Amino acid sequence: MDKIIEKNCWSEAGTVSQELLKKLSEKDFPLKPGDDESVKKLTRETIARPVIYVGAGTCGLGAGAGATKKRIIEYLNKNKKEADIIEVGCIGLCSAEPLVDIQIPGKTRISFKNITAEKVVPLLDDIFKGIIPKDMVLGQFQSQHDQKWEEVPCLNDHPFFAPQKRWVLVNCGIVDPLSITEYVSRGGYASLFKALTKNSSEEICETVEKSGLKGRGGGGFSTGRKWKFAAGEKSEQKYLICNADEGDPGAFMDRAVIEGDPFRLLEGMVIAAYGIGASKGYIYIRAEYPLAIERLHIALKQVREFGLLGNNILGTGFSFDLQIKMGAGAFVCGEETALINSIEGKRGMPRPRPPYPAVSGLFGKPTIINNVETLSNLPFVFMKGPDYFNSFGTKNSKGTKVFALSGKVERTGLVEVEMGTTVKEIVFDIGGGIPNNKKYKAAQIGGPSGGCIPESNLDIKVDYDELKTVGAIMGSGGLVVMDEETCMVDVAKFFMDFIQKESCGKCIPCREGTKRMYEILKSITRSRKKETKEQTLDRFQGVMQLQELAEVIKSTSLCGLGQTAPNPVLSTLRWFRDEYDAHIFDRKCPAGVCKDLLTYKIVESDCKGCTLCAKKCPVGAIKGVAKAPHYIIEDKCIRCGACIEACPFGAIITE
Amino acid sequence: MKEQIMNTMTVNGKDIPIETGDTILSALGKAGINIPTLCHIEGLPPTGACRICVVEDTKNGALIPSCSFPASERLSILTHSVKVLKARKTIVELLLANHPDDCLYCDRNLDCSLQKLAEELGVRHRRINSNRITQYVDTSSPAIMRDPGKCILCGKCVRTCEEIQGVSALDFSGRGSKTKISTAFDISLNLSTCVGCGQCVNACPTGALVERSSIHDVIEAIQDPEKIVVIQHAPAVSVSLAEEFGLEAGIDIAGTMATALKQVGFNFVFDTAFSADLTIMEEATELVQRITQGGVLPMMTSCCPSWVKFAETFYPELLPNISSCKSPQQMLGSMIKHYWSEKMNIPQEKIYSVSVMPCTAKKFEIEREEMVSKGTSDIDASLTTRELAKLIRMHSIDMKKVVPSQSDLPFGERSTAGKLFGASGGVMEAAIRSAYWMITGTELENLVITELRNKQDYREIAVDINDLKVKAAVVSGLGNARKILDKIKTKDCDLHFLEIMSCPGGCINGGGQPKSIDKDAVIKRMKALYAIDKNEEQNVSHKNSAIIELYDKFLKKPGSHKAHELLHTTYHKRTDLI
Repeated sequence: MDKIIEKNCWSEAGTVSQELLKKLSEKDFPLKPGDDESVKKLTRETIARPVIYVGAGTCGLGAGAGATKKRIIEYLNKNKKEADIIEVGCIGLCSAEPLVDIQIPGKTRISFKNITAEKVVPLLDDIFKGIIPKDMVLGQFQSQHDQKWEEVPCLNDHPFFAPQKRWVLVNCGIVDPLSITEYVSRGGYASLFKALTKNSSEEICETVEKSGLKGRGGGGFSTGRKWKFAAGEKSEQKYLICNADEGDPGAFMDRAVIEGDPFRLLEGMVIAAYGIGASKGYIYIRAEYPLAIERLHIALKQVREFGLLGNNILGTGFSFDLQIKMGAGAFVCGEETALINSIEGKRGMPRPRPPYPAVSGLFGKPTIINNVETLSNLPFVFMKGPDYFNSFGTKNSKGTKVFALSGKVERTGLVEVEMGTTVKEIVFDIGGGIPNNKKYKAAQIGGPSGGCIPESNLDIKVDYDELKTVGAIMGSGGLVVMDEETCMVDVAKFFMDFIQKESCGKCIPCREGTKRMYEILKSITRSRKKETKEQTLDRFQGVMQLQELAEVIKSTSLCGLGQTAPNPVLSTLRWFRDEYDAHIFDRKCPAGVCKDLLTYKIVESDCKGCTLCAKKCPVGAIKGVAKAPHYIIEDKCIRCGACIEACPFGAIITE
Repeated sequence: MKEQIMNTMTVNGKDIPIETGDTILSALGKAGINIPTLCHIEGLPPTGACRICVVEDTKNGALIPSCSFPASERLSILTHSVKVLKARKTIVELLLANHPDDCLYCDRNLDCSLQKLAEELGVRHRRINSNRITQYVDTSSPAIMRDPGKCILCGKCVRTCEEIQGVSALDFSGRGSKTKISTAFDISLNLSTCVGCGQCVNACPTGALVERSSIHDVIEAIQDPEKIVVIQHAPAVSVSLAEEFGLEAGIDIAGTMATALKQVGFNFVFDTAFSADLTIMEEATELVQRITQGGVLPMMTSCCPSWVKFAETFYPELLPNISSCKSPQQMLGSMIKHYWSEKMNIPQEKIYSVSVMPCTAKKFEIEREEMVSKGTSDIDASLTTRELAKLIRMHSIDMKKVVPSQSDLPFGERSTAGKLFGASGGVMEAAIRSAYWMITGTELENLVITELRNKQDYREIAVDINDLKVKAAVVSGLGNARKILDKIKTKDCDLHFLEIMSCPGGCINGGGQPKSIDKDAVIKRMKALYAIDKNEEQNVSHKNSAIIELYDKFLKKPGSHKAHELLHTTYHKRTDLI
């Protein structure tokens, strides 16, 4: 194998299936069988004129990609230059958005970072002169057909991309997400066609089980085995649901996958539906993802038009149609039985299991619920075969996992790594470590259901079982990095607040327990000064209950949300006990985050008596005469920090 | 021969038998282990909300909810392990953390599931602390009061209202720790779709839903020397009141109750079964008229005030089908104020007319504007069976030592047909007995209509009366009623007469009835009514001599002008809904 390919973090694009094109030609598919020229054009192996790709996922648009694109069009019109402009999804490196890629005929595609509107003119000026502005370059893609740019680093060598293995994200940020012909030209729908024409439903389930693919939504249950439960049920109606109700704070994998490559998900869903024998499906997606929803609608229209969804798919006799159901943004609706209730038009509250949805789910019928990433893995599994998929990863965790890397890390964004990659590699190699020379403290993985990975466990591997041993979970893939300035009690408090607000309110332990845990955490981060004796007693009593309460909530709650809700507290208690102790006994916040526990002080020797701080203090808590050291009346101080900002001598400190 | 092997499940190290379809909870119940629950409703699918019923799976130490988990051969569980008890206790403590803690002032004091559980699990001090809930108490409804502060969000009221009654006046709203039970758009109960049936009150484990009490108004009236206080008791009350005094369900204590009511201070005690007979005379006449003169059919009964409100709210197009007869309570109220007062020479305004009903909706009915004849309301106060028990206890009456007596005449005389009104199907049975007589002039050969006495939610019969084949049906539970009403709406129904009772099983299971621990209490109450019908001689309404006298002296004949003025009413579509 070519050495360059071996190093490629992107999986090779598949080849277009001529048999599929033959079938599709019955429906007037624009790409005709044997039309290799068009395929080359669609895969951009050959281009007639420059192509400008604008990263227009939600992250790109948020960073200003809309204005960038507008400015590019203006530039082209003004300078009478011709180029194709293509909006692509997110390539993953969110911190470098807006990303603009430019491909000039004969040369490899090259990616430029942080191209906000004002950088468009200098960038394009240079490009059309044949100069590459080095400071804006992210890297160049590799291609066997095009000539490499000299002295431009390869994107594959970029530390953010090099350690990745992009299977699910292979098209994200590369292709036009709204073009079905582009998707097909890169081997899209070949897996489905093969599955529908060459395999029985049983073989589909068998293949998926053999591949070792596990649910990417959190639990990590074998996808193939789950399907077999539903496939084994006798029912005139079965359902497939795609769970795209991504609600964890710091998680945006599903959104990016849908925005960047919606057809992959749709193809995966038809394969899954065929495997379990479902004729109707839903994509349950949160209404807060308008762009993803819009792109799904456009994609759906196209696949329906070409007979890739609906009645008699690709003439195989298999029928499956699906509809998009928008959720109203309740975190609990990510829980499968609550999601089912929501689709049924009921309040999103979970139901007891058993019966499991695979036996009795939506409208009482056998239902399989998979998340976006799981389903998007399927085309790859069938393209490469289960053995290939199974050969990657660890003993019990196969394939790759997508993470949404965010927080105190140099490079944030969407990353896909092989199972077994260490957290350290993700944070320090891909993410580039902690900015501003701060120290790493923890990585929160798995959102409100997950836990923290302290420094001592950084070598832990991305693996369903291994993560559990340190009190974390794989979860859906949120990975938030925290540095030394983060207070772990505050982090636990944040998640408990989130949960007590997002609990559905049905079962007592989750509804009442999380609220009480939140109150206890609040009490230990609250100012001691205004505390009455009773409150002090309550506070200590509460602290004594915290762990016990957590255990009861875990063991008795109705659904996954409640059963994992105490994890952020248990995990921080396990690894950062000393921080809790400092809050409880010393009434200090070591990270200096919990404001109520801070004491503001003026260092007498440094204070010049300039009176600036006293003038800035909004509550008149700073006293003193000019040219003599000032002092802070602690009882009055509201810890707003205005004095610290005001002091030109750095004489005010907190402790 | 091979012996049939019974399936078993291991419980605390011993095997107990299980049957197909058993949950762990039901299997344990049969084996004599009553696992506590706060959200379980017999007969409805489990919701698994309260988590009190968890048991420990010995295989992995997991806690599983016994109410929803199917019992199976493979299971081995511990029902009272350290882990289980700790979990149950913690859950109760969590509920108590912000509970208002005003048990002494609570309507459900000593009769509260939460209180009982806390006691059983040995909660003796407040381990988990939080701010007490104080919330606005909804007193807007004449029937039901709702105190959200005492609500533990078990959802039983929501499920009862939706799944049994098909009303859905209540549901969960809000999220997380701000979750609450509310009406649509949080409007007050009186403006909501609530029909006041009180099934939610029966389901509520705490004091969050209670009837609006009239005890104090009644006591005030009794203590007023100027007032003549009369009370009428509904057919279902005498067969269920005993349960409030620790006696077995299904004992008729009509005589004891009559004496006790006198001891409490009521001047006259009347029997609503008398006016049930009167209702039959009017209603049977109306039915015959509708059938023979081409009126709107099927005619529907009007005795149940929450059914009437339900129709006014959800089926206004069917209002012409409802009999114009007032309910027995209102008929007797009207007769007391307009006939008896004259006869006894007591000025109307001196009479304070009380009813004791198995029902919360009757409190709503007495406040209906149509229930005022000639400026006087038919009834002044309506008590539930539970309130009556409180009133009797308040007067330190030992029910075991009370010498039974008869209700006062003339409204104390009744047929057993009138008494049957207490059970679903009773109105129909009584009406057919009298309608048959009205048309044919002879009595039915067999007065007991067994087809109407089975336990089905919906029962249908056809009776040949001369050349006419009268088709009649009985339904109880508003959720069940919806099914037949929808058919009637689409004219997919050839019934002549339909009896509808809001509460499943009829008034014996009314929203104002004792909250019996006995699961078969309702059936036992029903059997008590049938026993009365069997053991007594006077089985038809039209032979009630007091009724005959009432028509002779005052009303002239069934359906007369006077009868219409005093015994009939009208209905209106409820438009005050959002």
